[in-house]
Amino acid sequence: MSTRELTFAQAIREALDEELARNENIVLFGEDIGAWGGVFRTTEGLYEKYGPDRVIDTPLSEEGYIGMAVGIAMTGMHPVPEIMFGDFITLAMDQIVNQAAKMRYMTGGQVAVPITIRATMGGGRSSGAQHSQSWHAWFAHVPGLKVVVPSTPYDAKGLLKTALREPNPVLFFEDKVMYHKIKGPVPEEEYLIPFGVADIKREGKDVTIIALSRMVHTALAAAERLAQEGISAEVIDPRTLTPLDEETLIQSVCKTGGAVIVDEGYQRFGVTAELAAVIAKGAFDYLDAPIERVAAMDVPIPFSPPLEFATIPDEERILQAVYRVLEGRRAP
Amino acid sequence: MTDLKTLPIEPNLLIEMYRRMLTIRFFEEAIFDVYRKGWMPGLAHLSDGQEATPVGVCMALRADDTITSTHRGHGHIIAKGGQVEPMMAEVMGKVTGYCRGKGGEMHIADVSLGILGANGIVGGGLGIAAGSAFTAKREGKGRVSVAFFGDGAVNQGLWYETANMAVLWKLPLIYVCENNQYTEFTHWKKLTAGEGLAARARAMGMPGVEVDGNDVVAVYQAARELVEAARRGDGPATLVCHTIRYGGHHVGDPGTAYRTKEEMEEWRKKDSIQRCERLLVESGIFSPQDIEATRSEIEARTQNAVQKARQDPFPPVEEVQEHVYA
Ligand SMILES: Cc1ncc(C[n+]2csc(CCOP(=O)(O)OP(=O)(O)O)c2C)c(N)n1
Ligand SMILES: [Mg+2]
Repeated sequence: MSTRELTFAQAIREALDEELARNENIVLFGEDIGAWGGVFRTTEGLYEKYGPDRVIDTPLSEEGYIGMAVGIAMTGMHPVPEIMFGDFITLAMDQIVNQAAKMRYMTGGQVAVPITIRATMGGGRSSGAQHSQSWHAWFAHVPGLKVVVPSTPYDAKGLLKTALREPNPVLFFEDKVMYHKIKGPVPEEEYLIPFGVADIKREGKDVTIIALSRMVHTALAAAERLAQEGISAEVIDPRTLTPLDEETLIQSVCKTGGAVIVDEGYQRFGVTAELAAVIAKGAFDYLDAPIERVAAMDVPIPFSPPLEFATIPDEERILQAVYRVLEGRRAP
Repeated sequence: MTDLKTLPIEPNLLIEMYRRMLTIRFFEEAIFDVYRKGWMPGLAHLSDGQEATPVGVCMALRADDTITSTHRGHGHIIAKGGQVEPMMAEVMGKVTGYCRGKGGEMHIADVSLGILGANGIVGGGLGIAAGSAFTAKREGKGRVSVAFFGDGAVNQGLWYETANMAVLWKLPLIYVCENNQYTEFTHWKKLTAGEGLAARARAMGMPGVEVDGNDVVAVYQAARELVEAARRGDGPATLVCHTIRYGGHHVGDPGTAYRTKEEMEEWRKKDSIQRCERLLVESGIFSPQDIEATRSEIEARTQNAVQKARQDPFPPVEEVQEHVYA
């Protein structure tokens, strides 16, 4: 198998390109995704290759074009609307939550809604409170929606290809900080990654760190530092929130006896809370210390760098959480 | 006196319109009764009084054209060919219903008939309708999409967002606003600035036409012109049909507190079914006996649907987790 290094953005672009070629019913929608190639370059060249009827520049009407996408999906095509900054997804909330998520169920299974909504997430760019948020947890709360939160170019490509063949609505969250900064190996050959399968990004035996999206890289950096201190951390990436691979998370914590959960979404009522509940139930007898959560601070995201970085989980906060777990561990 | 030669439409078409309007009227009256007897859960939003609008529009459609409907959707579904038996079963939450009891009174759909669902979110179906029009244009077979909605939905942002794209991309989409004068309990003029939706549609760059929504032939003719233009590729259009609902906003509302008796009496004089009956008899298509026979036949079918649905089973509880994949 031959492999090359791609950026996160290139991996996404490649998945879109391959699936556009494979299935003529796939159409992309979004603001400046066509002739301009997307503000994050994830659709670069696709307009030239597939034309203005399949790579469509929309007006600034998030509710309108996501609503249209629901109808397009219900009539047999596979629309892929993009939300440039994930913050703007609030404008389309009714169409996602009340329409896309429920149509199959409300009709007693008469209709499939194959729609893949790509949205960005992630702060750390001094973009201010309305261009930095990570709203993936909201959608994982809604029955009927599948939520994908990839962390590497390899995962992003394989999971996006799966999403583009999925007959149900998928929310695909891309951390915009990773687009051009994160590079990784991606095979030349075609591959798909199924939903609901967590990936062990690093094996370890002393503590389990569960992280998603860009936080996987922060967790891996923390694990590297812990290794130098003689602490062996296992890093697990659930990759999809719904469906969730509970088993892999629970098994790891049963092995290590401790869990730190890291997410760039807000802490309260968020992903870390749900995963903590899953582990508390599934690994209760094996936990040697309280579960630790490291998530975005519950404040609007500030502009000024020292303030903004204080709100986002970093290596240091993960390390401190791991130390608390290890200190809290009762003597055998 | 209208004679056959001046009748603007085919006699058989007029008969079919009459039958569908009657079906809607009897269905809505039956539901009111079913509700009062406690045979259905929840509430119901009835459309008796408005029959000419969905029927006039849907008779201008092909089988493969699609519609989206609203919380007050029974009329749209019957007009597009929906059958009263699975509708009644759905209203009662039975497994034999169109949506196996999962949708309910407000969410009846038959996708095989091009009925892409009724919607509990006022204006919420406009995106689906625009999306169906997008697919239709891409298919290139002349299919059109119709969005039914009320006077209350015209102030939702989704109308403007989809209208803009529909005009921009010349989508075969017909917006049909059923102006039944009231948005719940408030007259539309208290809620809507300017001259109403037809004028707004024209400002958006599409035809905006108004019609007597209680005159099934007038609705049909207006709809047909707009639908045929959309089929040819001329893009979207808006049709506003002025009408009234006889009942309240829902079955629990008598509809008398915010409307006067005189106002309702005026509307009753313009009753769509009586006008259609007059036209049928005056033009010699039907005798008064034919009218009676048709009425009895459709009423009996509706009553049978009620009795059958009552005996049908509820869905097994195991079905609660079916049809959802995350
Ligand atoms: C988005 C939304 N807002 C409010 C409601 C509550 N509601 C249900 S029907 C209705 C009035 C709708 O009026 P109109 O569009 O004129 O339709 P009609 O009931 O007259 O058929 C309202 C306010 C709702 N279902 N959805
Ligand atoms: Mg109204």
